[in-house]
Amino acid sequence: MLKYIIPLLLFIILAVFLGLGLKLNPNDIPSPFINKPAPEFSAPKLNAPEQTLTHADLKGQVWLFNVWASWCVSCRAEHPILNQFAKQYAVVIIGLNYKDEPEDAKTWLKTLGNPYNVSIMDTDGRIGIDYGVYGVPETFVIDKKGLIRYKHTGPVSADDVQKIFLPLIAKLEAES
Amino acid sequence: MKPLLLLFLLMTSINSHAVDSRQLSDPKQQESYETLTKELRCLVCQNQTIADSNAELAGDLRRQVYEMLQQGKSEQEIIRFMTDRYGDFVLYKPPFAGKTSLLWIAPVLFLLMGLMTIFFVIRRKRATAQVQVDALETDIEKQKKIRSLLEKGELS
Repeated sequence: MLKYIIPLLLFIILAVFLGLGLKLNPNDIPSPFINKPAPEFSAPKLNAPEQTLTHADLKGQVWLFNVWASWCVSCRAEHPILNQFAKQYAVVIIGLNYKDEPEDAKTWLKTLGNPYNVSIMDTDGRIGIDYGVYGVPETFVIDKKGLIRYKHTGPVSADDVQKIFLPLIAKLEAES
Repeated sequence: MKPLLLLFLLMTSINSHAVDSRQLSDPKQQESYETLTKELRCLVCQNQTIADSNAELAGDLRRQVYEMLQQGKSEQEIIRFMTDRYGDFVLYKPPFAGKTSLLWIAPVLFLLMGLMTIFFVIRRKRATAQVQVDALETDIEKQKKIRSLLEKGELS
């Protein structure tokens, strides 16, 4: 009897682990940024390159930092959701235009709509490195104290907005 | 045929130069550059080092390593810079910690499991072999007995 039970148990254990492995997303790398201060930056604005935006300008409010680029296909999928999000809820969305051509980026916003309060340019990807960006689009949620509270890798879906972003933003808004 | 061959040779040479290489004036720094870029994982193409990868991010990270070495930063400082941003995942040799302990211990664990299996299999084989030998010996004794009985029967 034992002869049959042991292999069966081993098989079940293996199957459970492999099953769990199938559900994991290999691109979902745990971010070391959670609850750490958002890295400093100072970058020119996309629509007004002579002006700069710094992390200090955004202190005291909850804001989203969305990394996007006109060459990024998944960003195109995400874009209508961000537009909808910006229209329906009063939330500050800052765009990080990552390794992009300013002209392409401007055309992109003109044709697809602009959900961002401000977009800043990161032409050589240095701000991206500071934020540990490895797969565009990425979205960070930053609290009033300037701490990163959540990082979303890949396109944000309508479901994510309802289930993750809105509850989290409401919670962070309630904090002092 | 010859133009084809030439084309093929040209193609391979293009490939081998696709990843840029940088030269640092200090040979020691150059060595650090080579080892660091071979130890850091490209996060876009997860099974390549940043030295191997043609991804844009890998190129940016190579530039970052290069610039930090030029600024006189140590290898530890650069590794710290990378793990602060990308986590331990960026390292091909993750540090031994609570989270990664299973990763490091698993090979030893599997080796022990294998050795134990071999031990038990051999022990069981030996036991069954002994039973067979015993059985064979009793067989021989029985045959002897039969033979002697038969011989006795013939005599009477």
